[in-house]
Amino acid sequence: MRDLSQRALDTAVQRGATYADVRVVRRAEESISVKSGRIEAVAFGESEGFGVRVLVDGAWGFAASSGLTMTEADRVAGDAVRIARASATTLRRPVVLDDRPPAHGSYRTPYEVDPFAVPVEEKVADLMAAEAAMTRTPGIAFAEANYSAQREWKSFAASDGSEIDQEITHVVANIEANAVSGDELQRRSYADSGQAAGYEWVRGLDLAGNAERIAPEAVALLSAPQCPPGRRTIILDPSQLYLQVHESCGHPTELDRVFGTEASYAGTSFLTTDKLESGFRYGSDLVTIVADATAPGGMGTFGWDDEGVAAQRVPLVQDGVFSGYLSSRETAPRIGRRSGGTMRADGWDRIPLIRMTNVNLLPREGLSLDDIVADTDDGLYLASNRSWSIDDRRLNFQFATEVAYEVKGGKLGRLFKNPTYTGITYEFWRSCDAVADARSYVMIGTPNCGKGEPGQIGHVGHGTSGARFRDVQVGVGRW
Amino acid sequence: MVIAAGEEMLVLADRLLGFAAAEGASQAEVLVDADESALTRFANSEIHQNVATLDRRLSLRFVDGRRVGCAATNRLDEASLRRLAASAARTARLQPELEEAVELPEPGPIAPVAGAYSPGTASTSPEMRAAAAREVIAAADAAGVLAYGSLATHLERVGIVNSKGVRAFEERTWAQLITVCMGPDGEAGYAEADAVDATTIDAAAVGREAASKARHSRGAVAVEPGDYPVVLEEYAVADVLDTLGYIGFSALAVQEGRSFHEAGRVVGSELVTIVDDARDPAGMPASFDYEGVAKERVTLIERGVCRDVVYDAQTAARAGRRSTGHGLPAPNPWGPFPLNQLMAAGETPRDDLVAGLDRGLLVTRFHYTNTVHPKLAIITGMTRDGLFLVEDGRVVGPVRNLRFTQSYLAALAGVEAVSRERRLLRGYLGPVVVPALRLSAFTFTGATEH
Repeated sequence: MRDLSQRALDTAVQRGATYADVRVVRRAEESISVKSGRIEAVAFGESEGFGVRVLVDGAWGFAASSGLTMTEADRVAGDAVRIARASATTLRRPVVLDDRPPAHGSYRTPYEVDPFAVPVEEKVADLMAAEAAMTRTPGIAFAEANYSAQREWKSFAASDGSEIDQEITHVVANIEANAVSGDELQRRSYADSGQAAGYEWVRGLDLAGNAERIAPEAVALLSAPQCPPGRRTIILDPSQLYLQVHESCGHPTELDRVFGTEASYAGTSFLTTDKLESGFRYGSDLVTIVADATAPGGMGTFGWDDEGVAAQRVPLVQDGVFSGYLSSRETAPRIGRRSGGTMRADGWDRIPLIRMTNVNLLPREGLSLDDIVADTDDGLYLASNRSWSIDDRRLNFQFATEVAYEVKGGKLGRLFKNPTYTGITYEFWRSCDAVADARSYVMIGTPNCGKGEPGQIGHVGHGTSGARFRDVQVGVGRW
Repeated sequence: MVIAAGEEMLVLADRLLGFAAAEGASQAEVLVDADESALTRFANSEIHQNVATLDRRLSLRFVDGRRVGCAATNRLDEASLRRLAASAARTARLQPELEEAVELPEPGPIAPVAGAYSPGTASTSPEMRAAAAREVIAAADAAGVLAYGSLATHLERVGIVNSKGVRAFEERTWAQLITVCMGPDGEAGYAEADAVDATTIDAAAVGREAASKARHSRGAVAVEPGDYPVVLEEYAVADVLDTLGYIGFSALAVQEGRSFHEAGRVVGSELVTIVDDARDPAGMPASFDYEGVAKERVTLIERGVCRDVVYDAQTAARAGRRSTGHGLPAPNPWGPFPLNQLMAAGETPRDDLVAGLDRGLLVTRFHYTNTVHPKLAIITGMTRDGLFLVEDGRVVGPVRNLRFTQSYLAALAGVEAVSRERRLLRGYLGPVVVPALRLSAFTFTGATEH
C-alpha cells in the first residue's frame, strides 16, 4: 500500500498540490442480531479503498476510490486536484495548516480476546441466552440482543513525509426488552455501548444477568405512574449523563462548528471564540471536562488522528470555566493554538472532520454515586437514554430516559414512566452540585455519532460517574 | 476505474450466485450496488469541502434450509467473491435453524419506470457544482448575508439477482441543493431544491429564497411557549412524513405492536392523504426494492383514516400476503420502510395559508426531532432558520426559535388547509413530495436564545 500512497502523493504534488495526504483503509465488520427468539441477522462485511486529500491554491479537494491500483491512484489524485481548483474559485480565506512535525509510527488497539476469532456459535449463544432471559419474563412483547465488531486497518501518508499505520478494534453490544399495552410502549435496555476492546469486554457485560434485571422493569413501567412535572432535583446515571455530555459539551466545542462549517446541517455553537477569551462560566466549579484520545477503552482512542496528529488530552472545561475546543490543523491556528488531534474520517471514502475523541466528565473525590442518592432528600434518579434533541446552537436541550426512580429521604423508591427533562446548556451545568467519585466512573462508547455531509458515523467515547443537578424542569408536553 | 454498466454488474452477481450454489446454498440472493457520488459544500460563502467517491459493493444472502448468512464486500476479484460465498455459507451453518421457512422472493413482472435516471446528474463535474455554489453565494452577497450549504449529486446503479429467477437492474440519480443563509446577528433562512436531474435545479433561486428569509429573520423577538395555530412550510412537513414513516408505517412496527397504525383508525383530518408510491413521477422514481420486488403504491392514510402499511418479503410472509416492494438490503432487522412518500395536495393556494391565521406562527423547518413516545407519535424538536409571528393573516415579524413537544398524529388531526402546490424534498428515509399545511394547534414547550 505504501507504493500506492506514494504514487498518489507524487501525482497530487506534480499536479500542483502544496499539501496532500492519502489514507488507505480496510475495514472488516461483523454483526449479529437476535430478536424474539430468532436470529435476525448474522453478517460479515468488508470494504477497502483509499482517499486523497489535497490543498491547491489554498483550497481543499478530496477524491476516493475502491480501486487499489496505480492507475486509479493517478486518476483519483488528479481528480482531487481538479476538485480543489474548483473549490478555489470561491476562496475568501486560504487554508493554513499548523506546522506539526512529520509523524511516524504505529498503533494497535489492545485487547485480550480477538472478537473476530471467537466462534460465531458462541456469540450467537450469548445473545440468545440474553434474549431468552428477557422473553420469558411475562409481559415482554419483544426483545432483542445485538452485537457488532469492527476492525479498521489505516495507513496514512502525507506529502510532508508522515507515515503511520494503525489497527483499531471496536466491539458494541446491547440488549433491549419491550413491553406493550394499549397505547403504551415501555423499553428497558442495557449496555447500549461500545468499547475499544476485544470480546472480553462483551463477556464482562453479563448480558444474560442484566436481561433478568431489566425485563421486569420494562413490564413494571407499563403500570407505573407518569413522571410528575415540575422543577426538580435530578441525579443522572452514567447511562444518561454520557449523552448529556455528548450533546451539550462535545458537539458545541467542535471548532469547525464554531466557524460555521456545519451550519447548514447540524448547526453552529453558542461557545463562540470570545467566550474562550473571556473565561465563560460553562458550569459549576465541580465540572471539569476533557477530550482524551488516550483514555483506555474509549471508542475515541487512537494513536494519531487522520491528519497525523498524535493523540492527546485537551481540557474543554476546567473547574466550570470554558477552556478549550476540539480542533484540527486548519482550525486551531485561527485561535492561536495547535491542533488537538481530533480529525477522523468514517472510512476511506470520507474526509476527516473534527470529531469528539473521548469527552469525559471527570469524577470528583468526595461522594460516591450512592452517597449522592443518600444525600438527596427529594428528587429523581434518571437512567438509560430514550430520546434526545438539542437546538442548532446547542443551548436548548430535551432528553427522555427510559426510567425515573423516585428519591425520597436519600433512598431510591418507586418507578415513574416517561420521564423527560429540559434546560439551557450552561444553566444546567451551572446547577450541578455533585459529581460522583471514580467508583462509578464508566467509559461508554457511542458508535452512532452523525456529522457532516455526506454523512459520517463516528465512534466516540464518554467517561462519566453520575452527577446531581438542582432546579431542573422535569416533564414537558401533555400525554 | 469507471462505474460498471448494468450487464457487467449482473455478470458479477451471477458469478457470485454460482459460487453460492457451489457452496450448497438452497437459495441465494446477490445485491450489486455501485455508487458514484459527489458533494460540494460551502460555508461563510466559500467552498470548504469538495469530495467525490466511487464504490461498488456486492452483498450475498445465503440460505441453507432454515438458516441464513449474509456477507458483503467491495473487493470484486474472483478470489474475493469465492471467499465471500464461503464466508456467508459458514455463517449460515453455524446458526441454529429458524422455526419458520425462509423464502426469497419469487420473480415477478417489474414494469420499467420513467424518470429514475438523468444523464445531466450522472455527468455533473466539479466545475458545474462550483458554479452552482457561486450562484447561491452571489444571491447571499446581494442580500448582505453569508451562504452555507451543499450541492450533492448521486448516481446509483443497483442490480439484484436471486436463485429463483429474480433479475433486476436500474440506474437512479438524484441531486440536492440545501442552503442556510445567515446574517451578522445570526439571523437565518433556509431553502432546498431536489431533483432527479441536477441541471433543473435553479441555484440562484435557492440562494434568493434562503437569503430573503434570513433578512426577514433579523431582529427576532421572544414569544412565550404555548399552543399556537401554525403554518408549516414544506420543509417542516417533510419531517412529519419521515418520522411517521419511520415509527409507524412499517409492517414490522405493526407486527411488533409498536406502531400507532391500525387499519380503519382515524388519525388525521379529512384533508390528510399520504401514500407511498415510487412510481409517481412527482417523486424520485424507482421500480423495484432491494429484494428485487416490484414497487407497489400503498395508501398509508386516506382522508385521515389509516389504511395500510408497507411490507417486505419477511413481514409479508408472516402476514400471509405479498411484499409491497419495500425491502431494504439484507441483513435487515429493521423491517421495511416507506422510502417514497407523497402527501396529497389540497386546494388552498400556498400564499393563502398564512392569510387564514388570526394569530399563530409560520414555521420554516424543524431541527433535531426525536421520538418521545412512539405509539402516541409524540415528537420533540426545535424550529430553525425562520420562525415568524402571524397576526390577522399576515406575517408581522420574526420570533426566536421554540421547542415543540407534539403528537404528530394530533397535528394531522388538526390540519385545516393544505396547499395545492407541493415540493419534492429529500427526507432521511428518502424523497418526499409534500404540501405546506395550516394546523389548528401545535404545542411549543420551550424557548431558546436565538
